[in-house]
Amino acid sequence: MKSELSGGWPAVARDLLAALARGELSSVELTERCLAAIDARDGDVRAFLHVDRESALLQAQQADALRARGESPGPLAGVPVAIKDVICEAGQPATCASRMLSNFRPPYDAHVITKLKAAGAVLLGRTNMDEFAMGSSCENSAFQATRNPWDLTRTPGGSSGGSAAAVAAAMVPLSLGSDTGGSIRQPASFCGVVGMKPTYGAVSRYGLIAYASSLDQIGPFATDVEGAARLLEAISGHDPRDSTSVRRDVPAYSRTFDQPLEGLRIGVVREHFGEGLDADVASAVQAALKVYEGLGATLVDVALPHQQSCVAAYYIIASCEASSNLARYDGVHYGHRAESFDGLVDMYSTSRGEAFGDEVKRRIMLGTFALSSGYYEAYYLKALRVRRLIQQDYQRAFEACDVIVSPASPTPAFALGSLIDDPLAMYLMDIYTIGANLAGIPGISLPCGMTSAALPVGLQLLAPAFEEERLLRAARMYERETNWPRVAPCGA
Amino acid sequence: MSERLTPQLVERVARLARLKLAPDEVERFTGQLQQVLKYVAQLDAVDSRDVEPLAHPLELTNVLRADEPAPGLSREAALANAPRTDGRYFLVPPILDEK
Repeated sequence: MKSELSGGWPAVARDLLAALARGELSSVELTERCLAAIDARDGDVRAFLHVDRESALLQAQQADALRARGESPGPLAGVPVAIKDVICEAGQPATCASRMLSNFRPPYDAHVITKLKAAGAVLLGRTNMDEFAMGSSCENSAFQATRNPWDLTRTPGGSSGGSAAAVAAAMVPLSLGSDTGGSIRQPASFCGVVGMKPTYGAVSRYGLIAYASSLDQIGPFATDVEGAARLLEAISGHDPRDSTSVRRDVPAYSRTFDQPLEGLRIGVVREHFGEGLDADVASAVQAALKVYEGLGATLVDVALPHQQSCVAAYYIIASCEASSNLARYDGVHYGHRAESFDGLVDMYSTSRGEAFGDEVKRRIMLGTFALSSGYYEAYYLKALRVRRLIQQDYQRAFEACDVIVSPASPTPAFALGSLIDDPLAMYLMDIYTIGANLAGIPGISLPCGMTSAALPVGLQLLAPAFEEERLLRAARMYERETNWPRVAPCGA
Repeated sequence: MSERLTPQLVERVARLARLKLAPDEVERFTGQLQQVLKYVAQLDAVDSRDVEPLAHPLELTNVLRADEPAPGLSREAALANAPRTDGRYFLVPPILDEK
């Protein structure tokens, strides 16, 4: 191990890129180190569904060869990145942690995969998740429950729990997740890493297997704000293959993230600190607000009057979109087909009944119900009207503040199995994160403390649409004043 | 939003969604979905008169791209993940009754 690399490597992307650039570390060595970390720790953590060693080492060799020839190696050259199993990578499995897609290998790369390849990244493996990204604990995976690297009896969060746990256990320095209602920010908070949901439309969804198309966004996990900034910069940008991808230049996040914001106004929502919030989480977030005040920021009370309706509106809208998106799994073009059935319609129903897990079935049914004749107006249209009110709340709040700060999750990581039979209680874990998806705005979670049981606490910052640069700079202001562990003890 | 969810309604929705459910699933989902419907009924209390539905955060309309030919998937790649093919087409069970 080189002296410049702090304990817990492979962990911090900046250190690794610097060592690679100086020639003190090869990408092959780094990739082998990641594979060894997976061998040592993933038997316990179970973050990965699939690791293609040969392919990873081949990509690493190519990155090393490019560098040796003196060619421009790309902004992430030689750095391993893990990919949530919902993002298509040609020739690799993309199961969405579902029996439905257990044998599916997509024939094309998602836009973000094309971007990562162009940036020189080494695609290390596929990470576990809640089935079709529906869940908050990774327990809805058809294959395995990922465990929290800080406490193996607890959940890493979800749905991108595998990507969060892989970074927290220092098995990979960077990973991609997707966030539909908090699926990046909540596991980031549970695992003590940085996770970010970009503005809707900032990152192409081409090749992201759809759950709820008006809410889904791909985003980065890293051990620090800089890592998230670098990865976000690499995957952002317009893509004509996603009609919701916006035409905007990508700011140089990796160059600006370390610049503090003068006169930062932090919006605080009183209701965010009410009933149901864990006391240790509340005091960690209050302490973080004090840190910001010490840096010259001012705290502003802002109101989000429809905040308490977010979870209800979300579960109607997301389930409606899911029931439509998941109609494609019919056992014809790809996915599971039942062995025995009676005619075409029974083939559809039996295949779907056999291959979807409980939570996916519940959401398909909730969505089908809410879209069905006689209920559409009362449920779906009502939820969409409330969605506009929620978006307007944020627009008004951001007239008075630059970012909104809150907990990322009302509790630290909960025990595996504790909420699995109570879907509604699980849904309420997303109470702080869901609003950003409904409104389409960016959010980040970063470590802001530890509970008395030594579990990480996440601080959430939200910003107006397309203000990722502001979000990263504000997050970095806090990060540079504090020194929370970058990885769990097992990876340190 | 004060629907009483019955096992019969759950079975009807499952039929619409093309999901074959076992009897124990119908029973379990009836209770769980009833709980969720009861929770989301709180939206009734939100005054949303004269509020336009927001289906999409960006509200884009008519996003067009140049209509240029480009290579698509090969037949082989398109069929590679299909449960049944004859090498040329996706195979499905007979749709018309042969009896």
